[in-house]
Formats: sequence, C-alpha cells, structure tokens
Amino acid sequence: MTEPQVPLLTPINLLTGFLGSGKTTLLARLLADPALSDAAVLINEFGEVGLDHHLVERIDDTMVLLQSGCLCCTVRGELADAIKDLHSKRERGLVPPFRRIVVESTGLADPFPVLSTIKSDSVLRHHFRPGNVITTVDAVNGLSQLGTYVESNRQAAVADRLVITKVDLAPAGDVVSLVEKLRGINPDAPLLTATDPSFDVADLVDENLSLRAAALQSSSGFYCEAPVQLTTAEGAVHQSAVTSFVMTVERAIDWTAFGIWLTMLLNRHGEKVLRVKGILNIAGEERPVAIHGVQHLVHTPVHMERWPDEDRRSRIVFIVDGLDVGLLKRSFEAFALDRSPAEAAAVPKRSLQERQSSS
Amino acid sequence: MCSLCGVLGGNEHWADAVARPGVYTRNVERIDRRRERANRVRIANAMLARFGLTISDWQGASFVLSTRTGKSEIIEDLGHLWPAAERLCGRPCDPLDPTLIVAAEVAIDD
Repeated sequence: MTEPQVPLLTPINLLTGFLGSGKTTLLARLLADPALSDAAVLINEFGEVGLDHHLVERIDDTMVLLQSGCLCCTVRGELADAIKDLHSKRERGLVPPFRRIVVESTGLADPFPVLSTIKSDSVLRHHFRPGNVITTVDAVNGLSQLGTYVESNRQAAVADRLVITKVDLAPAGDVVSLVEKLRGINPDAPLLTATDPSFDVADLVDENLSLRAAALQSSSGFYCEAPVQLTTAEGAVHQSAVTSFVMTVERAIDWTAFGIWLTMLLNRHGEKVLRVKGILNIAGEERPVAIHGVQHLVHTPVHMERWPDEDRRSRIVFIVDGLDVGLLKRSFEAFALDRSPAEAAAVPKRSLQERQSSS
Repeated sequence: MCSLCGVLGGNEHWADAVARPGVYTRNVERIDRRRERANRVRIANAMLARFGLTISDWQGASFVLSTRTGKSEIIEDLGHLWPAAERLCGRPCDPLDPTLIVAAEVAIDD
C-alpha cells in the first residue's frame, strides 16, 4: 500500500516573531526547501500594501491572504475559514494535496489565539492539529525587544523552535547575551541559528519528542533553576516578569489529582501560564506521559514510547508571566499529589490500554 | 449530543482524550473509564470541600456539582468544573491562594 497522501491530522505550524525579526525571510527560505515543498502557507497581510505578500514567492494557488491585519484580534474566524477553505479545496482536488500548513503571524500578535482556533473549531480539530510554533528572534534588536515588549516575550515563551536571525550582523557578545536571555524565558525549545551552515529546515517542523525530552533530561538542560526577572532597557524591573522554572517531582504523579489541579490553575491563571510542558511519571504507568500546554489550552497528552534514560522523576517546565513561582511550587506540592488513602485496588498497575498494546 | 442540556459535541478535554494511537488517556475501556471517574470524584471532592462544594457522578456521563444548600450545576468535564465551582460558591477558586495552600500544608503535616 502506498503512503496516504494526506495525513490524518494535518499539522499547522505557526511562524511568529517580532516585527522585523526575519519571519518572511525565513518563510521564503522554508518554502524553497524540499522539506516543506508540500506546505500551504497562510500569511497575514498587515497594512495596506501587503508587503509580506510581495516578498513571499512560490506559493501560488495554495496561498490565502488573510485580509484583516492583526491575527490577534479579528482573524480567529477568518483563520478558521481560510483553513477550512484550503481543506475543502484539497478534498476536491483543486489544490495540490498539501501535508502541512504554515501560518505566518504578524509581529505583534500573541500566538495563542491561532492555537486555540485550531483546537476549538469543531471542523478544524478533526482534520488539523497544532504543529511546532517557530519563533524568530533577531540577533541585532532581539535583546532590547525582549526587554521592552511583552509580545516579544510571549512569542519566545510559546516557541517549540527558536530561530536566531541576523547573527552575521550582530556582535558576538550580543548573541551570547541573547541566547542566555532566551534560555531564561524558554529553557527547552531547541535554539537554531538561521545563518548556521548546518541549519536544517526539517529541524523546524520535526516534532520528535525525544528532542524535547532530551533537552529536559540533560543536566545542563536546566538553564533556569534561578528565576529570571525581566528588566527594561533602562534597567527597571519589567511589569511583565516572564519566568521559567523546572519542577522535579520525586514521587509518581497521580494523573487524576494532577488534572484537577492543573485545570484549576489554568482556569484562574491560564493567561499567565505561557507554557507548561513536562514529562510525567504517572502512578501505575511504566511509560512516561508528555504534557504540553499553552495558556488555557492543553494539548492531548502523549504516551511516550520509553524513558530517555534511567531517571524516572517527573519534570515539568513552567513558563509563567508574573506568577509567584514559590507559591506555584507550594500549590503543586499541596494539591497536585494525591495524598488521600486510595484503595490499592482502585488504581490498576497497568491500564487496559497498556495491556492491550503490549499483548 | 448531551440529551439533557443539548450541548452538541463538546470540546474534547485533555484529561478525557479520545483514545487513539500515541495518546495517553484513561478513556479506553468501560471499566477504566468508570474507575477514573470514581477516582476523579473522590479527589475533586477533597479539593472542593475547601469551597463548601461537593461533586458526584451522574450516570457515568456528567457530574453534578452542589453547594451545601443544594444549589447544583451539571458539568461535562474538568474544563467546566472550576468556572462552575466559582459561580456556585461565589468566589474565586484560586490554587495559588496562600491561605488555601497553608491550610493544605497544615493538613499534610498532621
């Protein structure tokens, strides 16, 4: 049997980054690459001239221009319509059978609404799934943007892949500080350099969880044990304090208690929890479970094949905007671990799903 | 569709994911699902007691959330639990509330 032409759930990648950070340049490069030859592209026409539209080439008839400027406010409906339109055309054979969609957002957009659109639209969620969020950060201006603009921080925080652009134009010292800063905001997203000769476009869209798990696992992977506070260009503490930290949990986590705690946290503070991602040792499960959430939205948990190494502790990375890290840790300890006496029989050693998959 | 409240094809909540390859869920076998629901009621009740609320399973399909005076609301999944709980008890259910955390920590130490 030949490989099906269209994946069951088509991934949608979001390409974001601050104004002038090189999104369009990167997109043009992505589109020229064979790894993305089967991608449809949605770009966001910001301003009357639709400058981005003139710069992006080779996307011909699979491209839809979003008309209403900023993705963050008005486009939810339009984005959903645009994707549905593409889906419909693909089904009818009017466009080539694309296997991926790349959405380029405007520099000022908060990436979250795009992800929630994919997840909440009743048609889209059966045909599409969120792929990697790719964020470009400009080596020349990135550091000051991160220190000044909340949007810039949020974009870096939600990224699955961080791409540093214009490295050739920036002094080496600046690049080092930028990398440090990015690591403070987003500790485990692979950091790629666009000008690096080994830069491979396929790495951007590759969703291999082991990459992420590896970053979480490596001892030097914990870039952010000490909370990082943002300061403005003038040195004052920034009003928005994007902080990331890793929580390591020794004992196995009760899935139910964790779910109740996390939904409670996200209900009250979802907008401030930019990212929560982790590899969990769930009580009664031999294999780890990966969770991944962006603000109010938690992706479907993934049952990973195996533990990357001997370490069986759960590790959860939180990227929060202005939440008290100390309180969050105490809250987790107090509520997210099931301490009530459960009947031993109530929780099976292995779930039926596992038993079936191993038989 | 839920025949009681008329909600059409609710949003899939991550804690109740539809079973498919690669996904972690306890929503596979009937027994697993019922056990998970019972467990959820037990743990949620411990948490909700702090707000004077109780939750019970309703027909293995929904949950009923109630105050001590009997004011009740039916919820589908965990995604609806906390907004409904806040409506019923009339105050925020904040897991980062220091008073709440201290009370829980004292209870753990005892």
